[in-house]
Amino acid sequence: MIETIRAAFVIARRDFTAIIFSKSFFFFLLGPLFPIGIIIVAGGLGSQVARDIDNPVIGVALNPAESEILLTTRTRLSSSLGSKSLPELVILNDFSGDEADIIAKLDREKSLNAILSGSLAKPVLTGSERDVSKWKGKITLLAETALSQPAPVEIKTRFVSQTGSSSERDRLMTAQGGQAILILLTMILAGMVLSNLVEEKTNKIIEILAAAIPMDAIFLGKLFAMLGMALVGIAVWTTVGLSITLLVGFNWNAVPSPAVGWPMFGLLMVLYFSMAYLLLGSLFLGIGAMATTVREVQTLSMPVTMGQLLVFFLAYSSITKLGEPAEWFAVLFPFSSPFAMIARAAQMDNIWQHGLALIWQALFTMVIIRFSVMLFRRNVMKSGQAARKKSLFARVTGK
Amino acid sequence: MHAPHSEFAIEARNIVKRFEGEAAVDGIDLTIEKGSIFGILGPNGAGKTTTLRMLLGIIDPDEGERFLLGSPEPISMAHQVGYLPEERGLYPSMKAFDAIAFMGALRGLPLAEGRKRGRAMMEDHGLSDAADKQIRQLSKGMAQTVQLLGTLVHGPDLIILDEPFSGLDALNQGKLERLIRAQADKGVTVIFSTHVIAHAERLCEEIAIIADGKIPFKGKVSTARDRLRPQVHLETRNIDGPWRAAIPADCKPLGHHWHFTLPESGVEPLLNALVEGGAGIESLSIERPGLHDAFVQIAGEATARKMDADAANNNGDESA
Repeated sequence: MIETIRAAFVIARRDFTAIIFSKSFFFFLLGPLFPIGIIIVAGGLGSQVARDIDNPVIGVALNPAESEILLTTRTRLSSSLGSKSLPELVILNDFSGDEADIIAKLDREKSLNAILSGSLAKPVLTGSERDVSKWKGKITLLAETALSQPAPVEIKTRFVSQTGSSSERDRLMTAQGGQAILILLTMILAGMVLSNLVEEKTNKIIEILAAAIPMDAIFLGKLFAMLGMALVGIAVWTTVGLSITLLVGFNWNAVPSPAVGWPMFGLLMVLYFSMAYLLLGSLFLGIGAMATTVREVQTLSMPVTMGQLLVFFLAYSSITKLGEPAEWFAVLFPFSSPFAMIARAAQMDNIWQHGLALIWQALFTMVIIRFSVMLFRRNVMKSGQAARKKSLFARVTGK
Repeated sequence: MHAPHSEFAIEARNIVKRFEGEAAVDGIDLTIEKGSIFGILGPNGAGKTTTLRMLLGIIDPDEGERFLLGSPEPISMAHQVGYLPEERGLYPSMKAFDAIAFMGALRGLPLAEGRKRGRAMMEDHGLSDAADKQIRQLSKGMAQTVQLLGTLVHGPDLIILDEPFSGLDALNQGKLERLIRAQADKGVTVIFSTHVIAHAERLCEEIAIIADGKIPFKGKVSTARDRLRPQVHLETRNIDGPWRAAIPADCKPLGHHWHFTLPESGVEPLLNALVEGGAGIESLSIERPGLHDAFVQIAGEATARKMDADAANNNGDESA
């Protein structure tokens, strides 16, 4: 065992330094900037589109006095409902309000979605069926409020620190947030392990390694090197993220506290990420080890990603079912266990269950590594061209 | 399981390995004494690499048992073993001296010591300028030398080389032969596989001939040769006379030249009969059969032809 760990360390050190001191690692660190950039751009475009679609302008063709009252009412209501919840109103001066004129104006002026004519007591809203159906209620509210002209009501407010339902809801949010981060990181990083043994196989180093150290040590070393690289990346991203939140003055008190407390939750996030990484990574390493070319690894990537998604959906769907059979299944099924357990850490305050879960996950990682090693030794380490030319399926199944 | 003998570096008893139901190695028994240079001879596909991989513990035999330096778990003896596989490979981005140190570290040598030894070994082999170069910047021959030095850096007691001469030019083949002898002089056991008979003939004390997954011969090179009688090449002035009785009856002359197998009685009676019988000896030579002739006799003509073709292809690759 000591020799296996020593040998794993030799492999891990070689892989870790080879990755960390390569130019591509810089681009790896920049990786999260791309999805963040895409989110910002997509969000900007989306809100622009939403503004264009959901903020219609309605022309007001009432008599001047009623038009003014309606505008004043809108201004007053929007202070409590929000300006985006009410349509923009534009007074149409010197406008007859005849049906033919209204239709012509709507056809001519693209900025107008509908025209309100008639009087406040008997308003007529003309426009497309979609717009009229959508805004009829709001226009009715405006007209009724304008007609009654009530004085603004001042509501006094009183806050309590927390209610039972809000605490549960908050922790659920933390559970979702923690799990989402864990899933995202695992999804980004664990797949990279898939191609990890291809270098050794294409450069024909694998036989030197296999003759010198236990195969388990090769697999373990590769996993720990990639885990180390992932943790370096996460440390950099977390530091940058925290610096940005400090710079913009983000209010951390507004983030709901997990049941086990923040320090323990942070520690469990690191531990469960490591276990999720090792579990999925050992499986991917085992699958990837059967591949002999980069093309085969690329072919494997898609089903592997789909498999990951299934595991994530299993864990995600169990968050709200604490203690139910579905949630227990997600806790016990090794691949979803880390994700289900981080959700538990946010919602339940007992610590001992995490110790058990971590041991269970570590044991299963060892089982997968042993199984992968067995497959690798049996089906890949053969001499001769015939063995190398066999299909990936034949190599996995040993047929 | 039988207990291993301490005087053997390798002990294999009836090891079998099948791939897709076909036996690549079919019941091999092999013992190799410590401190010897041992050659495993056979054409490509005969089962040499599979045998070596089983002996090293890279793959397990389906049947039989093997001991490496007395251990049934070969990987546990890895610190005392150096292995150069047939398919050479190094990390292309590693510096040459680092690659040697890494190979040593795999077999338990501290990295710092490995780096120190790596530089020294490269200097000894006239490669000090290449020590800080990346493997991808080295010539094929240099990279092979680096890998060979990596095989030796931790000071193993047993060195196993799979087709070590393959891909080397004549100059480097000579260097490698000297290096193998130097290791053997230090008491290291050297085992190498080859399909070039000349290397085995020059270097080995003992050989095993492997063909179709079996070992039809294992023993000293001289024993293999002794399986064949020496050949006599005789040139006489006379064509006929009483001396003809000393020559096998089925031997027909080619002009005044005679080629025949030395009779069981030996050289002296033959010589006496020729002189006293008035053959008029112009020239006489008695050739001991080479290992190649012994190989043909042991493994069969077809196997020998295949091995010659492999060697020719290998030379072709080198010159290409």
